[in-house]
Amino acid sequence: MLNHRFLCRNEDLKEMLESNKESLKLEAMKRIVGLIAKGKNASELFPAVVKNVASKNIELKKLVYVYLVRYAEEQQDLALLSISTFQRALKDPNQLIRASALRVLSSIRVPIIVPIMMLAIKEAATDLSPYVRKTAAHAIQKLYSLDPDQKEHLIEVIEKLLKDKSTLVAGSVVMAFEEVCPDRIDLIHKNYRKLCNLLVDVEEWGQVVIIHMLTRYARTQFVSPWREDAMFDENNEKAFYDSEEERKVEQTKPYIMDPDHRLLLRNTKPLLQSRNTAVVMAVSQLYWHLAPKHELSIITKSLVRLLRSHREVQYVVLQNIATMSIQRKGMFEPFMKSFYVRSTDATHIKTLKLEILTNLANEANISTILREFQTYVKSQDKAFAAATIQAIGRCATNISEVTDTCLNGLVLLLSNRDETVVAESVVVIKKLLQTQPSQHSDIIKHMAKLFDNITVPMARASILWLMGEYCEHVPKIAPDVLRKMAKTFTNEEDIVKLQIVNLAAKLYLTNSKQTKLLTQYILNLGKYDQNYDIRDRTRFIRQLIVPNEKSGALSKYARRILMAPKPAPVLQSAFKDRDRFQLGTLSHTLNSQASGYLELSDWPAVAPDQSVRNVEVVEPKFYSDSEEEEEEEEEGSSSEGSSSSSSEESVSESESEENSDDSNKSSSSQSEKSSSESDSEKKKKTLKNKKLQQQKPDILIITYLPPQIMQKTLLLIIMTKYILIHIVLSISTQFFVNCMCSLLHLCVFLACQFDVVSWHVHVSLQASSPVFVPETSHELLHRMTGKGLSAQYRFTRQPCIYGNSMVSLQLTLSNSSDQALENIHISEKSSTGQNIHRFNAIGERHTTKEDEFSVSIQPAVGELLLPITMSEADFTKEQGNTNTSYWHADETPTNRPIHFSVCISRFAGKTVSSGSLVLVSVALKDPDAVITINTEKTVIGSMLLRQFKTALTNSCP
Amino acid sequence: MIHSLFLVNASGDIFLEKHWKSVVSRSVCDYFFEALERATEPENVPPVIPTPHHYLINVLRHRIYFVAVIQSEVPPLFVIEFLHRVVDTFQDYFGVCTEAAIKDNVVVVYELLEEMLDNGFPLATESNILKELIKPPTILRTVVNTITGSTNVGEQLPTGQLSVVPWRRTGVKYTNNEAYFDVIEEIDAIIDKSGSTITAEIQGVIDACVKLTGMPDLTLSFMNPRLLDDVSFHPCVRFKRWEAERILSFIPPDGNFRLLSYHVSSQNLVAIPVYVKHNISFREGSSQGRFELTLGPKQTMGKAVESVLVSSQLPRGVLNANLNPSQGTYTFDPVTKLLSWDVGKINPQKLPSLKGSMSLQAGASKPDENPTINIQFKIQQLAISGLKVNRLDMYGEKYKPFKGIKYMTKAGKFQYFDRIHILFKCFFYYLLPI
Repeated sequence: MLNHRFLCRNEDLKEMLESNKESLKLEAMKRIVGLIAKGKNASELFPAVVKNVASKNIELKKLVYVYLVRYAEEQQDLALLSISTFQRALKDPNQLIRASALRVLSSIRVPIIVPIMMLAIKEAATDLSPYVRKTAAHAIQKLYSLDPDQKEHLIEVIEKLLKDKSTLVAGSVVMAFEEVCPDRIDLIHKNYRKLCNLLVDVEEWGQVVIIHMLTRYARTQFVSPWREDAMFDENNEKAFYDSEEERKVEQTKPYIMDPDHRLLLRNTKPLLQSRNTAVVMAVSQLYWHLAPKHELSIITKSLVRLLRSHREVQYVVLQNIATMSIQRKGMFEPFMKSFYVRSTDATHIKTLKLEILTNLANEANISTILREFQTYVKSQDKAFAAATIQAIGRCATNISEVTDTCLNGLVLLLSNRDETVVAESVVVIKKLLQTQPSQHSDIIKHMAKLFDNITVPMARASILWLMGEYCEHVPKIAPDVLRKMAKTFTNEEDIVKLQIVNLAAKLYLTNSKQTKLLTQYILNLGKYDQNYDIRDRTRFIRQLIVPNEKSGALSKYARRILMAPKPAPVLQSAFKDRDRFQLGTLSHTLNSQASGYLELSDWPAVAPDQSVRNVEVVEPKFYSDSEEEEEEEEEGSSSEGSSSSSSEESVSESESEENSDDSNKSSSSQSEKSSSESDSEKKKKTLKNKKLQQQKPDILIITYLPPQIMQKTLLLIIMTKYILIHIVLSISTQFFVNCMCSLLHLCVFLACQFDVVSWHVHVSLQASSPVFVPETSHELLHRMTGKGLSAQYRFTRQPCIYGNSMVSLQLTLSNSSDQALENIHISEKSSTGQNIHRFNAIGERHTTKEDEFSVSIQPAVGELLLPITMSEADFTKEQGNTNTSYWHADETPTNRPIHFSVCISRFAGKTVSSGSLVLVSVALKDPDAVITINTEKTVIGSMLLRQFKTALTNSCP
Repeated sequence: MIHSLFLVNASGDIFLEKHWKSVVSRSVCDYFFEALERATEPENVPPVIPTPHHYLINVLRHRIYFVAVIQSEVPPLFVIEFLHRVVDTFQDYFGVCTEAAIKDNVVVVYELLEEMLDNGFPLATESNILKELIKPPTILRTVVNTITGSTNVGEQLPTGQLSVVPWRRTGVKYTNNEAYFDVIEEIDAIIDKSGSTITAEIQGVIDACVKLTGMPDLTLSFMNPRLLDDVSFHPCVRFKRWEAERILSFIPPDGNFRLLSYHVSSQNLVAIPVYVKHNISFREGSSQGRFELTLGPKQTMGKAVESVLVSSQLPRGVLNANLNPSQGTYTFDPVTKLLSWDVGKINPQKLPSLKGSMSLQAGASKPDENPTINIQFKIQQLAISGLKVNRLDMYGEKYKPFKGIKYMTKAGKFQYFDRIHILFKCFFYYLLPI
């Protein structure tokens, strides 16, 4: 009957769907969605519904989509009818329609359309709308779960999308990465810095995913910031509290944090203030797993703040705090009162708070905590009261000063009216007594007296065990208890029976005169017990203690076996072993590995090559795009202040908002400008103010290896008349990059003005030539000293457009004060005999107040060199015949395995200012390296040598 | 990530299900029901429940369990936070988030859930964006839609989705431009029998209702920003500006939102504005107990304490209470043993009191614990922490908005065992100079 009615109803829905009226169709779809929501089966309407997939009415269409996604898996053949509609919609000019078509197409779990989905994803990944690209990132995961064989193709798409600069896409593509290929950490290298810099602007859900991914990434790429001896060492807790000086003294061997590691920590820190609890937790776990121990304290406040959130949030956060508090009491001790239990808390919250309070207990605060516990014991929630008694027991064992106080308190509880409380107290007292039994025979006597009133089996068993174990302390009472137990044996619980047998055995050995008969009686009872454990135990005990002809050698040792001193139980936290899981994960919450859990690797002993994150690899066919990409990369990483404005170039339609969102918006002018300097180690400049004209030349940096392509590209560029072009050749051998970048940054570049084409192709040793332009900028003026104005500089390694004997320098000025800074310029009375190309002042000229700041630039020697090209023969000749040359040689130990065949590497360069020749050759002879530097400038020679040496030693594994 | 969502009502029925990936059978909820049965109180259901093939993460709001089904590792807070966001969205759309409201608007609910998650990963959770995609149901719109055949569903991608201020929609227009800020503070205190404070902390939020045309850029500054010990912001607040100058600078979302929540450091002494004198005693062997409770104001800076509500969980042995309030009304629920007394306003001249006797179960032993007393109240025109807004400025738009700030302190939570635990609420209302 019911079924019939249901069918009838479906009939009229079908009719409505087939009518011509939009409103009727819509009404029908709404009712169908209602059925789906209730979990009713509406699959037989599929043919009628699928016809409406191309409807013009957008709400109707959406509801049809909902239906399709729900039932397509069951009705695969019919679902195929709708595919062509989606394919058409994928080309729609409206981005919302394109995106939703892709969403539905990829949600239809029909294996036949996998190729179509693949194509659609590939196309959408290059869509102009970031929203569509985001949808594509989601579709990747759907396709992967439908057909894991597509993995390789999907990874290609992921790789492409990872390069995307839109904040909208970042979170989704990292999610896809985590699901499809979490082990392909190499895909992240090039995007690492971009992700760090974008992070603040990514939507909150994306932030969580990215932070978790970056945590894993950082653990594989950086060396541990923790001193080995302090790591996970509870006993060292003291050292943590003690003064900072002490730590500093200890930390004589310098640990230098990778700048990328620092970048991650710095860029995630503001997110601790997020309103999204998941983000705060993600940052906290990142700090926990990555930050140096002394920086950890900044997460405490935020975590405690989360405790005022919803019950479920509290639960997860408290669990994580419990794990943290075991290892680092100091973090949470000042916030101890935040963990006081409130009667309205749910039971699992109360237990967790109790756990944390116990973990936090130490000599100083134990009295406060115990007073707090006393009120908890009176709680009406008996399970919680019992847990409190356990906690008191733990405090008593951990802190020897209060053991007696706790014990006395627990003995008082034995007269409590509530049975669970009494029972729990007995169990805990038993554990405590084991540590110092001799002094407490009166407590044992007291408990024996209580025995008749206690019915909880665990408590009875505990008392019996105590009697047996310390029967020598209570020689009169124990046999009496055994007598009583013999009477009630059959009515006891199994656990109690076992202890009765134990007690009987122990008494038999110590006091056989009084208890021989009793024991035999009990052993007989046990022999016929229903429980096989008890029968088993009885048989075993009988053989062990009762001497007979069959008993073997063991019975001689019966006393030593049964009465052996037993170690006191260690009462420890249930969260002790949770730290094997990454904090904040589902696995940590459940304390068992969830499917799909990705293990956090240990720190590598030696940092993998850092330079992999350095250079942006640009595919030659996209080089016209590469221009903006490279530029942004430079800006983005050049200074923190500019990070928010650097995304201006992103495809977003609302640049202006971005600008106004920028913290240093009002009058801050941030621009690049090449000013030049002559070579000397120290320069003094004074900055003041004016308008910086954007004179930035169009720059194209190509970092690509094969020379043929290089040349073609160059020609192309010249034809398109770029004003100034810098072509940077890059090297593949990692060893080189390492030496180069960390030290001196010898770089090779070619400059060509579009009318004067002059380039040198550098072929010093291999087909590829070395290059590296560091992204790091150095601080010139801190915002505190500069009264709001901060300046940073970096060497661009581009030929200076103002003079051949100058070094170009990029200055980034930013204003972090709330007032407009005006008329910034380099003062005239500056440096000592150096030639500086000054830029025009920034801003208008009605200054009221003047400030002068003295700053100095300290360039690495390498920055003052220009690479030149010469053949190997020339090089050797030059090396030999420069009479005036100053010759340096040194041997530096290195354990670095040599990866390339040519073991001698040579560089030629000249100083920018005077053009004097500098020749460097590095010969690697495992494990040593011989560095030879020929130059007439002694100072430069010795400084270069020193830098080479440190760089070579540092880059060793 | 999130595989499916089931909504379960207080009586344990699934009344809505939604799947984002393959369909997960309802029977997975059996594990949840097991946990529900084991729990003595609705709040005691563990938020994360493992099952052989799935993990269930649930939140309880408005007596509805939102049960999300997860198949693999995901930060649990991610799911919990998202579920709460779903509830907030429903509340925003339907005014209330009850079973009836959800059932009535099941199509809108479905459309919302469809937009909020794609393949289990959050897609659009900002209320401003969602409202452009799916218009909230109103009676007027329903009528208009049936006549004209227009729909509730937006046809264009919301402008916010792509912009750097995704929380604000573009093209906002109002004839009256207004911005209201409510400073609401809560004191959470535990007080022991003798009246001394064990812990007390102040938590505050600033809730805003901003109805301003265009793209206004607001700054809000405080007289005493140093009071704020720990803050968390709506994403619209520029963090660097706060770091540097302690000024809230933001482009607000349109409508209601929580701008800021803060915590006032517990180092500062918190003045508790009321005191409680109570004497609850039972005699051994007697079936009677005495109950006495008096309330009085303390350090309220001349402001009246209003809407006072006292509640207390009496011991289980208490059968009934026969009490006599000097003002207000009281109720005692013999099943849950919850005593609640609606006091109203405290008159300092004539302090409210509740006195009388309790009858105990015959033969039962004397209850040994002192009941917990919870007190809630409001104090108008008093921000208990002393936080004061200095000024509110608007940039980026030409018109002059109407601006208002309201302060209020909520009274605390409860007394604990033999302690008092209090939560306060004060209101303070004045208009800022423009």
